[in-house]
Amino acid sequence: MQMTRGMRLQPAKEYVAAKLGVSVEDLVDPLAMSEVRREKGLGTLIYGECAEPTEPQVMEAKFHIAEVLDVPIACVDGFKKRAIA
Amino acid sequence: MEEGIPTRMGDGSLTRMTRSEIKADIEAGTQAAAAKAKVPPLSDVEQEHLLDIYASKARFTAVDMGEGVIISADGSGTRHIGTRQNDMQCFEQLLGADIIELWHIDYSFKAVKTVLPFEQQEMKDCLNVITSPMQYGAMPDLGRYTQPDGPIANWSELMPLGKIDEARDAQLEAVEQAVDDMVFVADGMAAVGADGIDLDTTGAAGDADFLAALRATEIIRKKHPDMGIEMGMAGEFVLGMHGQIEYDGRRLAGMWPLAQLKAAEKAGATIFGPCVNVNTGKSGAWNVARAITLVKPCMAEAKIPIHMNAGMGVGAVPMCRYLPLDAVSRASKAMVEILRLDGL
Repeated sequence: MQMTRGMRLQPAKEYVAAKLGVSVEDLVDPLAMSEVRREKGLGTLIYGECAEPTEPQVMEAKFHIAEVLDVPIACVDGFKKRAIA
Repeated sequence: MEEGIPTRMGDGSLTRMTRSEIKADIEAGTQAAAAKAKVPPLSDVEQEHLLDIYASKARFTAVDMGEGVIISADGSGTRHIGTRQNDMQCFEQLLGADIIELWHIDYSFKAVKTVLPFEQQEMKDCLNVITSPMQYGAMPDLGRYTQPDGPIANWSELMPLGKIDEARDAQLEAVEQAVDDMVFVADGMAAVGADGIDLDTTGAAGDADFLAALRATEIIRKKHPDMGIEMGMAGEFVLGMHGQIEYDGRRLAGMWPLAQLKAAEKAGATIFGPCVNVNTGKSGAWNVARAITLVKPCMAEAKIPIHMNAGMGVGAVPMCRYLPLDAVSRASKAMVEILRLDGL
């Protein structure tokens, strides 16, 4: 939200929290956010023993991030354009 | 007798200062900045807050839970762990950086333009395995356009000869070429889906260097409305190597962070990174008080996020190769809490 929307920190946190249906405080809680990320397919840390390869990751996750946050993500748009005839 | 508290100097060396000495340094640092830049010094409350941070003996310190900011890691990676792609993955997965930056070892837009397709491929490959936003970074590096590295007469050599008009003309000629190169690289990165571009150490070669970055930002903003543009400065004060260059009706030479921010916003930047150089002969406490004083005027007026530069030799982080954690964490906490930064 900062990079491409130029949002200051607090409005950016509030925007993201609202879109995810969580509180701003939840954003810094790794336990809460792991659940949110899993539910919405936003991607989690790809960590050895806890790897979840059948869950959306990286580019797959970015498709969901763009949709959930309602923000354009250039590489997602490029992927769609190049992958889908 | 007051206890000596371990603390760092601007060169990273460890020393001991009493609480009173640290307090005196904080006051001296803020007063030095206020006098130089004609800005208000830090309040007593702010100075006391700094004193609590810098008079602590903790090995590491941090902001309170919930007060975290965004980390835009320019020059992400260490270059020693696997491929550059692995480097980007390490910074995201292991260090938790929020904005990852791909970069070339010859960190200059002039150099990168000659290998752009390779950098584009690397960016595309990284975007497929990185979830965090990714930007591509390099320096405007205006000096690179001068002889013997570039085609343009070297203004640093012309000036001592008294050839001031020729030196100014050479700088303006370099600006045109630098703008072309920055836009060329940004176009290439946009084509493969990079989330942003970082114009790092803007102003390193003075006011003409700053002008090049501003003009490039304007063009990139128009061509790629959704692309992030981070403008990270090289110093707290724009040097007047040309002396007469204006942007939006204001002379660039002599600009302090607030005026730099205004110019960056006008040009269309989405993140601004003010930079305050470290005085290696002064304590970390002196340096952080000075840095915060110089940047504080930006915070109330900023319309875009402010990511203060905090790294080797800038933002009260010592000028040394292996950065002490105690110094980095203190500077980060101090700047985030007092300035209410949007990021580092």
